[in-house]
Amino acid sequence: MMEKNHILSILVENESGVLARVAGLFSARGFNIDGISVAGTLEKDESKMIISTYGDEQILEQITKQLNRLINVIKVQELTDDESVMRQTILVKVNADDSTKNEIFRIKEIFEARIVDVSRNAYVLEFSGSAKKMEAFIELIRPIGIKDIVKTGTIAITRSKK
Amino acid sequence: MIKENKKQLMTGSKILIESLLKEGVDTIFGYPGGAVLNIYDELLNYRDKLNHILVRHEQGAAHAADGYARATGKVGVVLVTSGPGATNTITGIATAYMDSVPMVIITGQVPTSLIGNDAFQEADTVGITRPCTKHNYLVRDVEDLARIVKEAFYIASTGRPGPVLIDIPKDISSNVAEFDYPESIEMRSYNPTYFGHHVQILKVVDELLKAEKPMFYIGGGVISSNAANELKEIAEMLDMPIVSTLIGLGGFPSEHALFFGMLGMHGTYAANTGISNADFIVAIGSRFDDRVTGKVDEFGGKAKFAHIDIDPSSIGKNVKIDIPVVGDVKSVLNSMLEILSLKSKEIESTQYKRMKWLEELNMYKYEHPLSYKMTDVIKPQFVVEKIYELTDGEAIIATEVGQNQMWAAQFYKFKNPRSLLTSGGLGTMGYGFPAAIGAQVAFPDKMVFDIAGDGSIQMNIQELATAVQYNLPVKIVIINNNFLGMIRQWQELFYEKRYSFSKLNVNPDFVKLAESYGAVGLRANKPEQVEDVLKTALSIKKPVIMDFVVAQEEGVYPIVAPGYPITGMLLV
Repeated sequence: MMEKNHILSILVENESGVLARVAGLFSARGFNIDGISVAGTLEKDESKMIISTYGDEQILEQITKQLNRLINVIKVQELTDDESVMRQTILVKVNADDSTKNEIFRIKEIFEARIVDVSRNAYVLEFSGSAKKMEAFIELIRPIGIKDIVKTGTIAITRSKK
Repeated sequence: MIKENKKQLMTGSKILIESLLKEGVDTIFGYPGGAVLNIYDELLNYRDKLNHILVRHEQGAAHAADGYARATGKVGVVLVTSGPGATNTITGIATAYMDSVPMVIITGQVPTSLIGNDAFQEADTVGITRPCTKHNYLVRDVEDLARIVKEAFYIASTGRPGPVLIDIPKDISSNVAEFDYPESIEMRSYNPTYFGHHVQILKVVDELLKAEKPMFYIGGGVISSNAANELKEIAEMLDMPIVSTLIGLGGFPSEHALFFGMLGMHGTYAANTGISNADFIVAIGSRFDDRVTGKVDEFGGKAKFAHIDIDPSSIGKNVKIDIPVVGDVKSVLNSMLEILSLKSKEIESTQYKRMKWLEELNMYKYEHPLSYKMTDVIKPQFVVEKIYELTDGEAIIATEVGQNQMWAAQFYKFKNPRSLLTSGGLGTMGYGFPAAIGAQVAFPDKMVFDIAGDGSIQMNIQELATAVQYNLPVKIVIINNNFLGMIRQWQELFYEKRYSFSKLNVNPDFVKLAESYGAVGLRANKPEQVEDVLKTALSIKKPVIMDFVVAQEEGVYPIVAPGYPITGMLLV
C-alpha cells in the first residue's frame, strides 16, 4: 500500500486534556504527527485540530478508528488536496542589508508575502500558502540568510461544492 | 402539603455514594487514605446499603472489582486514595482495559488548590491513566459530580466495555451541591453502534451457507454481550464448528461436539489445523491478538474473513476483513437467526458439506488430543482435570498467568459464560487470586478457584487476609514447581536451556503461610493424594491454599514458537 501524507480534521469537545488524549494516542500506537494546529471554533465547547500524518491507507483507517474511540472526539474527517484548501503560515526573519533588500522585495512580490517588521539589518516576512509553495518560498529565501523561522502546522478547510 | 421543590444539599461524598446507589452498586472494593477520608467517613453511614471490601493492597482492589465484573456482568467499583493509592491500581486498570472489563475507579486527589504543587501524595492520576482507561475525569466542581458518575457508568458498561476513572480532589468531596441525579444521558461524541448493518449481515449468512469449511472464531465479545445462547442456537442450526480465544472460553460449552478448543499459541491441534484449513472464518467478538494468530500473514490463509465486533477499530487492525460487521454480538447474532429462520432449505443443503468438514476436524481432534503422561509425580494437568471432575464444570475458575493459566484453559472444560476469570490481554501475574475474591463476594455460594503457580500467587498473596476477614472460601490451587514455569519452558525451548533467573530458590511453606493468615493449608506430593486434598478443600467453608508439588519439567503443549504460523505446533 502506498504511504503518503494525510490531513485529518478532528472536531473535539473543548475540554482540558483533550489535546493530550489525541497526542498520546498517536505516540502510543506509533503513528506520526508531522504537524498539528489546534484552536477553538465558533462554538464555545468545541475545538478543531488539524493533524498532518503519514502512512498507508490501513494506517490511516486505524488512526481514524482509534481517534473515534476517544470519548471527546466528535468527528474525524480526512481532507484531501482536491477537495480542500490547505494553508501553512510562516514567519521568517532574514538578513536585510543593501545587497539583499532588492532580492527580498522581489520574492515578497512573487509570493505575495508581507513584510511585518523592519529593522536596520533584518526583516520579518509573513507568508501563507500551501505546503508546496512554502517549500519553494523557503528555498528562495534561504540564500539570503535566515536568522530565525517559525511555521504553523497546516490548517485546512473543505471547498464548497461547485 | 406542598411538595418541597428545592433539592437537598449534600456534600460531594454523599453525592458520590448516592450516585453509586442510583447505579445499582452494592459492593465496592477499596482502601482508605488521606484524600478519600471524607468519602470513607460518609461510607460508614451507608454500611447497610453498600458493602465495602477492605483489601490489603490497592492492586488487589482493582483485580477484585475486575473479577466481580467479569463474573457478574455488572460494573466493578474501586475506591482508593490519591498518589500511591491510585498508582497501585494501574496494573489492575490496564488489565481490565486490555480485556474490556467494565469498571469505575474512584481515586482521591489532593485539594484543587494544591494540584500541580507536588503536594503530599499527589500524582497526575488522570495523566497516568489516560492510556489505560476507556475514559477518565478530574472533577473540578462538585456540581459536575453526579453527571460525571452517570457518564462514567454509562461509558464503562456500554459499547466495548472498559474501565473509567474518576479523580476527586479532597475539597470536592466536602463541598456541597444540590443532588440531582440525571435520569438519562446523551453524549454527543459517544454513541456505540449496537445494530449491525443488515446488508453486511446478509452477506455473512450467504457466505456461511456457501462455504465448504466455515468456522466461528469466538472471543470475549460473546461473553460481554451475553450472547452465549444465541451463539449456541446458530451453531447447532448450522452445525458450525467453533474455536475460541482464551477470553472467549465459556462462551460455548467446551464439551459440545461442535467445540474444537482454544486456538493460538497453546491451542489444540484441531483448532489450529482446522482454522488453517477453513475457507470462511467468522470472528465473533474476538480481535486477532498475536497470541491467537501466530504469524499473522498466514493466519487462516485459505479463508475469507467476516468480523463481528462492536469496536470498529478492532476490525481490520491485524487481518484484512472481507465482511466487516460493526455491532453488538448479541444483536448481530439475533439478526442472523432471523435471516436463517427463513432459509431452512438452504441450511438443509449444507448438511453433507458440514458433515464432511466436522469429520475432518474430528479426525484432527482424534489424532492429537490434549494429553499428558501420568508418572509417580503429580502432573499439573491431572490436578486441573480433577478440579473439573469434582466441580462438574460448574466452578468459577480464576487463573494467574503462565503455565497454570494455559493448563486451566486446556483441561478445565468450561460450561458457562463468566466462569473463567483470566488476564488474557495484559497477562497479569497476581490477577487470579484477588479476581477470585471479587467473584466469591458476588457469589458466596459458588465454588471459586484460583489456579495459580508458586510464582504468581506471591504477587498478591496479601489478599489472603481479605479472604479470611470476609470469610470468602476461595480455593487456591498452587501448581508448585519451584519455577516460573512458563519462563523455564521458553528458556528450555528457545534459549538453549539457559535458565536465567527463573528458578524460585526460596518459596514460603504455603501450608504454614495459609495457617498464619487463619486460612487452611493442604499439601499433596503424590498423584493419589490429589483428589483427597481437593475434596477436603471443597468441604471446608474457609479460604484454602492447596500446595500441589508437581513435576518440575512439565511443559504446556502444544506450543507455537512466537512469530511462527499456528500450524507449526510442537506437540509434546
